[in-house]
Amino acid sequence: MGGYGDVRMIDDNGMRMDGRGPGDLREIFIETGVVPVADGSCRMIWGTNEAIVSIYGPMEAHPRKIQRQDSAVLAVEYNMAPFSTTDRMRPGFNRRSKEISKVTKDALESVVLLELYPRSKIQVNIEIISAEAGTRCVGLTAASVALADAGIPMTDLVVSVASGKINDIVVCDLNKEEDNYGEADLPMGILPNTGELVFLQMDGDLSQEEFKQAWDYNMNAASKVHEIMKKALTGGDGE
Amino acid sequence: MSMSKSADAPHRLETKLGIVIPGDDLGEINDKLAGHGVLEINGRFTAVKRGILSEKEKVVSVEPIHSKYTPRPSDLVIGYIEGCTNNIWFVDIGAPFNAILPMSLGPSKAEFGGARSVIDIGEAIICRVQEVEETHSSVVSMKGMGLRKINSGIVEQLPPHLIGRIIGKGGKSLSKLKSNSECRIVVADNGRIWVDGDISGISKVRYTISNLANENFGGEN
Repeated sequence: MGGYGDVRMIDDNGMRMDGRGPGDLREIFIETGVVPVADGSCRMIWGTNEAIVSIYGPMEAHPRKIQRQDSAVLAVEYNMAPFSTTDRMRPGFNRRSKEISKVTKDALESVVLLELYPRSKIQVNIEIISAEAGTRCVGLTAASVALADAGIPMTDLVVSVASGKINDIVVCDLNKEEDNYGEADLPMGILPNTGELVFLQMDGDLSQEEFKQAWDYNMNAASKVHEIMKKALTGGDGE
Repeated sequence: MSMSKSADAPHRLETKLGIVIPGDDLGEINDKLAGHGVLEINGRFTAVKRGILSEKEKVVSVEPIHSKYTPRPSDLVIGYIEGCTNNIWFVDIGAPFNAILPMSLGPSKAEFGGARSVIDIGEAIICRVQEVEETHSSVVSMKGMGLRKINSGIVEQLPPHLIGRIIGKGGKSLSKLKSNSECRIVVADNGRIWVDGDISGISKVRYTISNLANENFGGEN
């Protein structure tokens, strides 16, 4: 949302700069079991975004004061590698990564059956290797695949997709330019089997109709992404 | 979703049609029961783990493809001693929580205060899970046939869900491996394998184990 409202990012035929239509997703690739030492892991490439998620646990929660007697603790750490962006990022956690870690944790807590592992901890490490736009969506989606790979019981997977507004037109799955110079961004976390919502953020302004359009784009995209996740987890082929 | 009945061969790709992932609808309950990895949600069965769907005696369950070892009573496990007090050893059995081995269930020569002189920290033991609490803490015992401290050979680690590959149908693969290598092999339920014998035999077994471990389930799209 850089506010450069006069940057033209969609042509008269509704084609975007990277040749996609308004409702099209970027290419997605998912691979599981990429970190041998972890209990579960996933590598996800979404356009030029790339994330590696590793899951450790359930294990004994340390220090003991963080243990919950009736459920496990989900510890989510989202981090962007210093080389993931065009300008080198200062390594380590910042306010943005803390915020994303928190919303990811909240979204995952609603599906993971934490009550089955009292006094334990499940560690989710999300490492963004390459960032374009929508890394929180990639991180959350990849985290749910990695949790399933680790054999952690969950009621559903979580698919996260974002839609936004560029040049007053609602489009699905924003790329970097659209994210920077667009007018709004609406990332959502969706449970694909029930259509329930576990995460929603909105940056910028959308009218009611635009919101509805973005919602529909996200719901449609979620079912497409879910199919890809399914293939990755069941050992099928194709993207 | 088609149902696989071959729950005794959960690691083979031929039952691929029966692989389910969390959130998959497994149909109506009727007179069936929910087993491992299955939950009743809104009157229907839902898978909560990634694994192979099976139905045995009206119990619908999901055999996880990959999961951390969860101790169950009477499991044979190989553990490493992580710590001890005057009369208790704490044993790492590869589960989320360390198991405890009370002196009363340990080797008979152990005396109060002399735990470390009998089994020291870092040493490996073959033991059996006696009981598991709801909070997943467990108690192990060394009272029984073949339960002992490991003084020789090596301990290999394999993901617990792959031990079926070593054992084979009816223990065929394991007995073949034993006769080929002339080694004593104990496969524990927590994925640890004790191999004892001469060096050439041990390296033969290690090679076979690493080959089996690398025959990965194709989790890639």
